[in-house]
Amino acid sequence: MSAPLLQTRNVTRCYGMRKGLLGRSVEVRAVDGVSLTVERGRTLGLVGESGSGKSTTGRLALGLEKPDAGDVLFKGAAMPGTDSLAWRQMRARMQMIYQDPLGALDRRLQIVEQVREPFDVHGLGQPKEREALAFALLQSVGLRADQGRRYPHELSGGQRQRAVIARALATKPDLLVCDEPVSALDVSIQAQVINLLVDIQQELGLGLLFISHDLKVIRQVSHRVAVMYLGRIVEEGEADLLLSNPAHPYTEALVSAAPVPGRRTRPRIVLQGDPPNPAARPSGCAFHPRCHAARERCKVESPLLKPMPDGRLAACHVAHDQANFLKAAS
Amino acid sequence: MSTVLDRFGTVADPLVEINGLTVAFDGVKVLHGIDLSVARGEAVGLVGESGCGKSVTWLAALGLLPKKASVSGNVRLGSTELIDAEPDVLDTVRGGRIAMIFQDPASALNPVLRLGKQVGEALALHGGLSGAAIRAEARRLFDLVGIPDAARRLDAFPHELSGGQNQRVMIAMALAGKPDLLVADEPTTALDATIQAQILELLTKIRRETDMALVLISHDLGVISQTCDRVCVMYAGRIIETAEAQSLFDTPLHPYTQGLIAALPPLEGVRRRLDPIEGNVPEPWNLPPGCAFAPRCPRRGEACDAGVPPLAWKAPGRFAACIKALQAEPVRPREPVYA
Ligand SMILES: Nc1ncnc2c1ncn2[C@@H]1O[C@H](COP(=O)(O)OP(=O)(O)OP(=O)(O)O)[C@@H](O)[C@H]1O
Ligand SMILES: Nc1ncnc2c1ncn2[C@@H]1O[C@H](COP(=O)(O)OP(=O)(O)OP(=O)(O)O)[C@@H](O)[C@H]1O
Ligand code: SF4
Ligand code: SF4
Ligand SMILES: [Mg+2]
Ligand SMILES: [Mg+2]
Repeated sequence: MSAPLLQTRNVTRCYGMRKGLLGRSVEVRAVDGVSLTVERGRTLGLVGESGSGKSTTGRLALGLEKPDAGDVLFKGAAMPGTDSLAWRQMRARMQMIYQDPLGALDRRLQIVEQVREPFDVHGLGQPKEREALAFALLQSVGLRADQGRRYPHELSGGQRQRAVIARALATKPDLLVCDEPVSALDVSIQAQVINLLVDIQQELGLGLLFISHDLKVIRQVSHRVAVMYLGRIVEEGEADLLLSNPAHPYTEALVSAAPVPGRRTRPRIVLQGDPPNPAARPSGCAFHPRCHAARERCKVESPLLKPMPDGRLAACHVAHDQANFLKAAS
Repeated sequence: MSTVLDRFGTVADPLVEINGLTVAFDGVKVLHGIDLSVARGEAVGLVGESGCGKSVTWLAALGLLPKKASVSGNVRLGSTELIDAEPDVLDTVRGGRIAMIFQDPASALNPVLRLGKQVGEALALHGGLSGAAIRAEARRLFDLVGIPDAARRLDAFPHELSGGQNQRVMIAMALAGKPDLLVADEPTTALDATIQAQILELLTKIRRETDMALVLISHDLGVISQTCDRVCVMYAGRIIETAEAQSLFDTPLHPYTQGLIAALPPLEGVRRRLDPIEGNVPEPWNLPPGCAFAPRCPRRGEACDAGVPPLAWKAPGRFAACIKALQAEPVRPREPVYA
């Protein structure tokens, strides 16, 4: 069996964070021992609250930042050091798409020139053909030639995000890391971009790491889902299993809090308490101050992320106890 | 509580009644005659894509638009007309009978003032309280909006609280004048899903307890659906559909509302390819001649370009601005989204 497209193994990333204006700098573990796998042609969705470490994980996966511990493997090989030639070659195989398409584009250049840029940088195709290649890419994401001749501010948000996707595809990458790619878009436009990403994946067999705080969007695109809380994965598994029958109380709360129009089919759990402060990680299970299922044990003992009988991974004492009880009972 | 609209789209004995409200900036019309009434204690949702005029509607109603905006129409609060009202009339209404939580983050809390002082100022302005009574009332409001350890938090600065807690403080300030109507413009958009659920639950609880009316502005159909009795869907500066929340989501009449719902990925049931609305929202200075939705509408016919369809009665409590939306009959049978 060939190695997975992308693998992070126990990656950890710490930042110094200053408390107050003059306060001492405290260390924040933005990402704390995260192991993830993205397979070819598949999407891993990454959800979690603001500050839980999703974007940092995305940057680590692309080698844009070096982990303080752990390693990242691309097709089974270690990520070369940043700015080495090997890294730049590898980088062409993986691309990132951010939330803000306007920020990702150069406002002084026509769209087609920006889509052409990667062909020039990586010396792909004959110089004479490159513009035609760029227009072909634009067409493949549903942008017309006249739109390609426009400047970024002359396009709508959804059109700009299409342009960014076209540019990311120029180097024929194997992996796309999408960090909140549709969060700034209106629903009707969001659906256009989601369909586009799904189509491209099917056509090109791309692996996708798809970061979003919107569970509905995550479910739409993901084969597997990983849920982060304070820098750690708390649950990971097959998308439909995880979202229809969450094992971890935080996943359960997230699913029940997702605003959906019309009748709800499951009771709503409204979490009490505040979002966690990464600089003061609670003892034991970091979720315990907000968890409705918390026991004494949860305050002192940090649960490990380990497999449940149904194959998913979960980091929760109670979820594992329940699963073991059910297994013993049957 | 649910309020039934009469055949003219107004509620019986409205708290606030907006009639024919239009707004133009530099000669470009962005609101084309909004009619909207809100009953006592009712929760009305205003939903629509970015730029459709949700915020401008209420900024205009409360006299908060910049001078360059030209506003016409009527906004009545009881017997008081608010359009072109004297500044002192507007000052007593704003933060008094009608309070607004703004979308604009710059209008949020003052970073260098203690929270208790900010709430206290709102209380002094509208409650006529002073001294110790203010502090006691501020504490009561903090308790009401669920800020733990209220007494100590009154002495805190905004940066010492989380985003969700600061949003609670904003709500506390809005409640200081015991408003009859709270207009909340995207009050949870910047918050995480679990915190958003807390704030929406809080707004609903306060509304139940005080019989305050709520206008909730959001681009998120889910948020609106879970919080509001009645929903107005806006498109390109007009209300294009209004109905009681449940029936709007069960049987949307207007093709735009149907499109919005179909474009939303479901959280349960079979996954299907999303059904986006093709094209983009038209620019305010470049509107099509007839129905503004026509260029994107799967049902468009020649008659649609003849004129702007009025928001017309279709069934009890149901209004839609579409010539093809027949009475209480969905234009296009809705796909079994959650099959
Ligand atoms: N460059 C940095 N310097 C210092 N701290 C950082 C840096 N980048 C991220 N952090 C901190 O690391 C933690 C994780 O941040 P990250 O941006 O990865 O979260 P996220 O899950 O992407 O959040 P969001 O949903 O808000 O985008 C946060 O506490 C953040 O403040
Ligand atoms: N101060 C202003 N000057 C000029 N145009 C304005 C001003 N405020 C709003 N507009 C325009 O009025 C229209 C309606 O804007 P409004 O802010 O009401 O939209 P919205 O529905 O609240 O959108 P969003 O969801 O992005 O908040 C838009 O076309 C906007 O560009
Ligand atoms: S380990 Fe305990 S506190 Fe943590 S999620 Fe499970 S039950 Fe809740
Ligand atoms: S009036 Fe015509 S174009 Fe407008 S929404 Fe109805 S069918 Fe579509
Ligand atoms: Mg992020
Ligand atoms: Mg607005």
